Amino acid sequence: MIPFTYERAQDEAAAARAAASTPNSKFIAGGTNLLDLMKLQIEKPQHLIDITHLPLNRIEATPDGGVRIGAMVRNADLAADPRIRKDYAVLSRALLAGASAQLRNMATTGGNLLQRTRCYYFYTPGLPCNKREPGSGCSALQGFNRMHAIVGASEACIATHPSDMAVAMRVLDAQVETINGQGQRRIIPIADFHRLPGNTPQQDNTLQSGELITAVTLPPPVKGEHIYRKVRDRASYAFALVSVAAIVERSGGQIHSARLAFGGLAHKPWRVNAAEQALRDTPDRPAAYHHAADAVLQGAVGYGHNDFKITLARRTLNAVLTPTA
Amino acid sequence: MEMSKPAGHNALDDNRQGLIGKPLDRVDGRLKVTGRATYAYEYNEGGQASYAYIVQSTIAKGSIISIDSAAAERAPGVQLVLTYKNMIAQGPKTKESSPQLHDEKITHFGQPVALVVASSFEQARAGAALVNVRYQQDAGEFNLNKAKVHARVPPPNQQAPDATEGEFEAAFVAAPVQLDVTYTTPHQSHAMMEPHATLALWNGDHLTLYTSNQMLAQAQGAVAKTLQLQPTQVRIISRYVGGGFGAKLAIQADAILAAAAAKKLGRPVKLALARPQVFHVTTHRTATEQRIRLGTDKDGHIQAIAHESWSGNTAGEDFYESAADQTRSLYAGANRKIAHRLSTLDLPVASSMRAPGEAVGLLAIECAMDELAEKLNLDPIELRKRNEPSQDPTKHVPYSTRQLVPCMEEGARRFGWNKRNPKPGQVRDGRWLIGHGMAAASRGNFLRPSKASARLDGDGILTVRMGMTDIGTGSYTIFTQIAAEMLGLPPQRVRMLLGDTEFPAAAGSGGSFGAASAGSGLYDACMALRGKLASAAGFNADSALFANGQISDGGQSKPLVELVGAGLEAEGEIKPGATLKQFSQQAYGAHFVEVGVDMDTGEVRIRRMLGVFAAGRILNEKTARSQALGGMTFGIGAALTEELVVDEQLGLFANHDLAEYHVATNADVPALEVVFLPEVDDKANPLKIKGIGELGICGAGAAVANAIYNACGVRVRDYPMTLDKLLGGLPAQAA
Ligand SMILES: Cc1cc2nc3c(=O)[nH]c(=O)nc-3n(C[C@H](O)[C@H](O)[C@H](O)COP(=O)(O)OP(=O)(O)OC[C@H]3O[C@@H](n4cnc5c(N)ncnc54)[C@H](O)[C@@H]3O)c2cc1C
Ligand code: SF4
Repeated sequence: MIPFTYERAQDEAAAARAAASTPNSKFIAGGTNLLDLMKLQIEKPQHLIDITHLPLNRIEATPDGGVRIGAMVRNADLAADPRIRKDYAVLSRALLAGASAQLRNMATTGGNLLQRTRCYYFYTPGLPCNKREPGSGCSALQGFNRMHAIVGASEACIATHPSDMAVAMRVLDAQVETINGQGQRRIIPIADFHRLPGNTPQQDNTLQSGELITAVTLPPPVKGEHIYRKVRDRASYAFALVSVAAIVERSGGQIHSARLAFGGLAHKPWRVNAAEQALRDTPDRPAAYHHAADAVLQGAVGYGHNDFKITLARRTLNAVLTPTA
Repeated sequence: MEMSKPAGHNALDDNRQGLIGKPLDRVDGRLKVTGRATYAYEYNEGGQASYAYIVQSTIAKGSIISIDSAAAERAPGVQLVLTYKNMIAQGPKTKESSPQLHDEKITHFGQPVALVVASSFEQARAGAALVNVRYQQDAGEFNLNKAKVHARVPPPNQQAPDATEGEFEAAFVAAPVQLDVTYTTPHQSHAMMEPHATLALWNGDHLTLYTSNQMLAQAQGAVAKTLQLQPTQVRIISRYVGGGFGAKLAIQADAILAAAAAKKLGRPVKLALARPQVFHVTTHRTATEQRIRLGTDKDGHIQAIAHESWSGNTAGEDFYESAADQTRSLYAGANRKIAHRLSTLDLPVASSMRAPGEAVGLLAIECAMDELAEKLNLDPIELRKRNEPSQDPTKHVPYSTRQLVPCMEEGARRFGWNKRNPKPGQVRDGRWLIGHGMAAASRGNFLRPSKASARLDGDGILTVRMGMTDIGTGSYTIFTQIAAEMLGLPPQRVRMLLGDTEFPAAAGSGGSFGAASAGSGLYDACMALRGKLASAAGFNADSALFANGQISDGGQSKPLVELVGAGLEAEGEIKPGATLKQFSQQAYGAHFVEVGVDMDTGEVRIRRMLGVFAAGRILNEKTARSQALGGMTFGIGAALTEELVVDEQLGLFANHDLAEYHVATNADVPALEVVFLPEVDDKANPLKIKGIGELGICGAGAAVANAIYNACGVRVRDYPMTLDKLLGGLPAQAA
């Protein structure tokens, strides 16, 4: 950890202003990701802006029938919120599938979206990693890449985004609200929030420097069965190898609609329109599930240790879509 | 006393106060849960300490070309940067010594190459990142299978690496039923809770190390050898140790580097390894490749049995994983072959981890037995019964005790083994494929020399001193029970002082010999003290009884406190003797497991697990059960998740933190059932106990693996059994 200065932001505009005007500064929320990375000198902010005391910890109804979740709402509180559990069960389930109880008590909505990859080499300073040291190379390509991406990756980086929450938000078409140093607010659809690595894997998302997340809004509830299926190496406290967030509406042997987003496959929550089209108003049969899987996995490639994810993603999706007897 | 013959009837058999076996709560439990048990890093002896942080090599093999420490030296708070160029004088690397920052040679990834010492931990860590090291990199060998061609016969470990009986090759070829399988196990990490940590302080030429170590006398010798001191100049204090599992058997870099920095600076220095450093700076369990050949007659009687194991270690290290050792005594069979080979790998040093040898050896042999049972169309328990030896088939001596068959029978009865469907893939519960598996447990039993002193004072307090450790197992508690029972005192009257080389040298905690060795030394000291008390009372020492704070004989009683004057003290000692050779000594058990395998994803979840053990007299039902639970939990991890993954390009353990090195979590471990069968082993030691710290892990993972096979019909011979290895064999999904 390099020495840093610290301030407690008075309000959200001030926080964003401070971030914009102080070079090499970072917001700190729950600190569960940032502090770990600072100790390893993977993140090296010289100035921390503490946003934990800002009044961004409310979950409120929006006029259109949706929900607005403050950026400082803790993962544990969000998962336990009665409205979220009832109307956005996929989100509650995704949150509870993540990390551990202690971490969820600290972790925040904004911080969770911005958590960084768990790639082993990103976590080992001194080894090549384009995300950590742009231009140094990608150790995972030829190295151990069990957790890595099978879609949307680049030669520069094959990392995955580790969040469970973000996958559920993707399936819910959430929107990220921000404010910048000039006090300008904008709304970023979750689909555009995280990015693919391309040639600039050091950039995980489309936030501008100093931009503060103030809230995440969810549109009105989506009807259907809410499912979050997380496949991992142990029963708890492990990141997803593959996860599926799904909202499926079906009756009388027909699937009417299905929304699907995947974790563990890519540098961002993975959602493929063609897959959902394949399930629109179609007979509720395995053939349809396979068509959807084909669409999701189109162009999927493994890098050795993660080859199994191609099979696993298909089988997990099949399991998710198969009606429980 | 020397264990030259079986122990006769003694005071512990009488158990007049009923303390032996009692599930006494941990005597140090309150201190621990209230944070008042002081661990190495928490001491503040010697005044304000400086803090040290290790700089690690980022290559696996080669040498240092240059180290630029100027920026680090200028950094705020930095007091010293230590490298091989300014390291204090050290002895050469030998079996007993472990010099650090020795020269420019790099033998493994993550090796300490510099130490930065500063006024605060944060400053030291920040300074460490400023040390700039340039390397000349050499190609290394990181793959055990590839290194096999250069494997050598290692020098003896506990026993000679190789053994043969009869004519294995001929008997195997002639056997009507043959099995020839190879199992591999990965590198594993101890992952104990407390990382290695030391506070070093010098007083003139005398060094005191508050450190986290399992074997203090050995550590004292090693530090002395490394730093060219007399052992009497070194004091090691480890009153509480937050787990070790073998990782703290030998002193590690933290102790030597803290001592060196403290010497240079003339002030106390604290050094704790950050968690991600533990994996490369200290030791691990090596990967193994194990070939097992079993030849039987048509009825499953073993005629030929071979267990050959390959493991790896850093150049110059002789430790090998003795994975085939239990196969010497586990099953009958006239023609046998045991072989161990060691390959040089350019990885961190490999050493003992909980049940070295057995833990991974049984992962192989106990699955091979399951495969053999299926081949013979026999129940796995029946196959084992048919191969129950009447005496040790390699040593040709009787077993001290051997209750493998009773353990299997009791386990089968409790578990409902007879309801198991032997045909794999038949039982379902929703989308779960359900399977049942069992495996035998066997763990060698040892006794090491160990000393103790016991002193009774006029205030009625019995003070025991032993240079012994409690690494979280409950040693403080069981020794308190032994001492209290022997002297006829309530446990609250015993002051148990451990963890200091100023005390009589004790065996330390390792190889499951701690309780037996130090406990027997303590027993001997208590016997000596009883003798002194009896003569002070004018009673006959042989017939006098001790209970309720009194000594009594021939109808007369006297309070002990009235006999001690200014305090009575006695020393005692145990030495291993002839019974070690005259009897084959192992603890035994049997594991039973029910697993569910998700038929879509291959995720494995343990649903039930039972361990039945026969391990001599049980000193404390509660601490013994905890040891078994911990061992079984280790077994679950070994079977399902634990693997230090080697990056074979770069030569590092890629997953060097606890987020990615997956030990079993609570959710992975269902309610485990533990049963101890009644047993006393009078050949083992005067307490008639056996080691239990490692028994629980032995065979546990194999039972899980066998249950997985029974559930889904996929036989994985490459641990851990992560879901990717099962996926290909799962039922096809509807198309
Ligand atoms: C061992 C372990 C296991 C885990 N397992 C899982 C898992 O299974 N699934 C899962 O989803 N997650 C998992 N996590 C990750 C956890 O969810 C994240 O660490 C947590 O959500 C981050 O939130 P935080 O508030 O602590 O963020 P912080 O650490 O405070 O911040 C993270 C980043 O976000 C920035 N930031 C925070 N808030 C804002 C804001 N409002 N506006 C702009 N920038 C902001 C910070 O500057 C920083 O860069 C695990 C973490 C650990 C340590
Ligand atoms: S996958 Fe991305 S994060 Fe991992 S080493 Fe390559 S560049 Fe770095």
